Amino acid sequence: MTGFEAVILTIVTAATPLLIAALGELVTERSGVLNLGVEGMMIVGAVTGFAGAQLTGSPYLGVCASMLGGMALASLFGFLVLRLAANQVASGLALTLLGLGLSGMIGEAFIGQPGLKLERIDIPFLTDLPVVGAILFGQDPLVYMSIALAVSVSWFLFRTRPGLALRAVGNNHDSAHMLGVHVIRTRFLAVLFGGACSGLAGGYLSLAYTPQWVEGMTAGRGWIALALVVFASWMPLRAAIGAYLFGGALILQFHAQAEGIALPSQFLSALPYLATVAALVILSRDRWTARNDSPSCLGQVFVPDR
Amino acid sequence: MLRATIFAAFAMMLALPAAQAADPVKAAFVYVGPIGDHGWTYQHDQGRLAIEEAFGDKVETLYVENVAEGPDAERAIERFAREGADIVFTTSFGFMNPTVKVAKRFPDVKFEHATGYKRADNVATYSARFYEGRYVIGQIAAKMSKSGVAGYVASFPIPEVVRGINSFLLGAQSVNPDFKLKIVWVNTWFDPGKEADAAKALIDQGADIMTQHTDSPAPVQIAGERGVHAFGQASDMDAFAPAAHYTAIIDDWSAYYVSRVKAVLDGSWESGDIWGGFAEDMVVMAPYTDLPDDVAADAAAMVEKIRSGEFHPFTGPIYDQEGALRVKEGERADDGMLLGMDWYVKGVDDKLPQ
Repeated sequence: MTGFEAVILTIVTAATPLLIAALGELVTERSGVLNLGVEGMMIVGAVTGFAGAQLTGSPYLGVCASMLGGMALASLFGFLVLRLAANQVASGLALTLLGLGLSGMIGEAFIGQPGLKLERIDIPFLTDLPVVGAILFGQDPLVYMSIALAVSVSWFLFRTRPGLALRAVGNNHDSAHMLGVHVIRTRFLAVLFGGACSGLAGGYLSLAYTPQWVEGMTAGRGWIALALVVFASWMPLRAAIGAYLFGGALILQFHAQAEGIALPSQFLSALPYLATVAALVILSRDRWTARNDSPSCLGQVFVPDR
Repeated sequence: MLRATIFAAFAMMLALPAAQAADPVKAAFVYVGPIGDHGWTYQHDQGRLAIEEAFGDKVETLYVENVAEGPDAERAIERFAREGADIVFTTSFGFMNPTVKVAKRFPDVKFEHATGYKRADNVATYSARFYEGRYVIGQIAAKMSKSGVAGYVASFPIPEVVRGINSFLLGAQSVNPDFKLKIVWVNTWFDPGKEADAAKALIDQGADIMTQHTDSPAPVQIAGERGVHAFGQASDMDAFAPAAHYTAIIDDWSAYYVSRVKAVLDGSWESGDIWGGFAEDMVVMAPYTDLPDDVAADAAAMVEKIRSGEFHPFTGPIYDQEGALRVKEGERADDGMLLGMDWYVKGVDDKLPQ
């Protein structure tokens, strides 16, 4: 493996959890629900994924467990904000706190255990190709899945009828309701999808990125994913660009430091955030499209019978 | 009126536990992180468990996790004092001012603050000389490295961390004067993902031995994946990469905590300041694994030399990066210089972030 390949592989690993979580939140927000509990669902996904893999001996079952963990928390959130019409911001923040505490409790038995790693794929001959081999054919399975997910979310939202219905619910829930779209059900499914993605992103951390369980290991990635959705102006492919840019800047600044480049490390640490914000703002600078893209019912409560 | 009632209620809450506190000694701990960090807070909690083990039902221990540094800490500390704790350990640098403040209001409660420098009649401070261990692993690194380059995942540019880097490199230079050290600052104490990424970057640039001043086992694990070697931090991290892990610098607070609670039990507790290292068993090396016998024996011998006071890691001549003589030949850096260290020794290939 050459240095170039190693750097690209590291960047992809850093970007993937952000991308997966951002895609889930993007779909949730497109349906008009603001779920600030990404960090909480992610950390619960990390611990259930780790636990699932340790107990069954299979990292793939761990991946499933991480999605289920995220969905369990998301369904609680969905019940609160959709069924009981609770405030979305408050419920989302509560979800994060709940997730952080709950994950610590579930994970107590797993502290200090080395985890099972979701191995990178290895296709004879193809993976050994010079320069591009490891990058194109040597990633772990979730990397391919995350890219497929970005493309399919984009396709679903803008090229299918259910996607249109979901956007309609997010843009004007009253009209969508009049047209016979089941607003609450659509939103609940979108929330569940968001939960599954957040959980999966957490599972990626505890199964592929750093196969271990330590409390608080998401370390704020859920919040970065949330910010990516906004800066990507709710466009899946822009979110992918943002995630890779963020990962790229993060890794390259580490390399710059290790090379001994004389820039303050605090500035270098802030660089990924600055670069991502700047790039996504430039991408979304067209005000007309920006207005068009953001779901206008975001965060608003919908009660059909009232 | 209402206010008066509330005050009366508070006064009762204050008075009651104090009257009841006679039987078991209550020892309380305020933690900055979760017990499950497998690092800093985990080791403090091991110390708490050691107290329970040592004294059985003569003591009762209490703790609170994830206390933010700042005003929140004051509330947490005060709560323990009100609940009748006899001794409160506050285990993070940022708890210093809150501890001193609360201690003024509760002169009968004893307080112990880790890594700080403000003391009072009922506030003692304690810390550990981790740099002693870093000198030892620096020597091991220089003996075992093939590329002659080590990677250092660093947290924040504070004296504690800079001292560790200097001590590591001084140890390495004592074996190989041309030894190189690459440093990446991740600006966090705890973020497994970032720590892993930093480790990968360092290994990609030729480091074949990893060490860290951050709290998660991620860099050790990455070293294992990449087939290079590493030293654990704060606790034994061998399980995360058995083939890569040479040894670890372990913070061991158990003996200190047990001795301080014992002092409370027999009434001999006094305020003071302990900065303990190998000699006090506050810093301990994990078992040496995957090392040639002579390297392991040399490391153990060096630990003994530091323990007995025969050798000090910061013994002159020590030059800083600009080549200025900081410690004269044959002299030792005093604790004041060590506690305020804000310069790199000669040979560090990095500019210290200010």
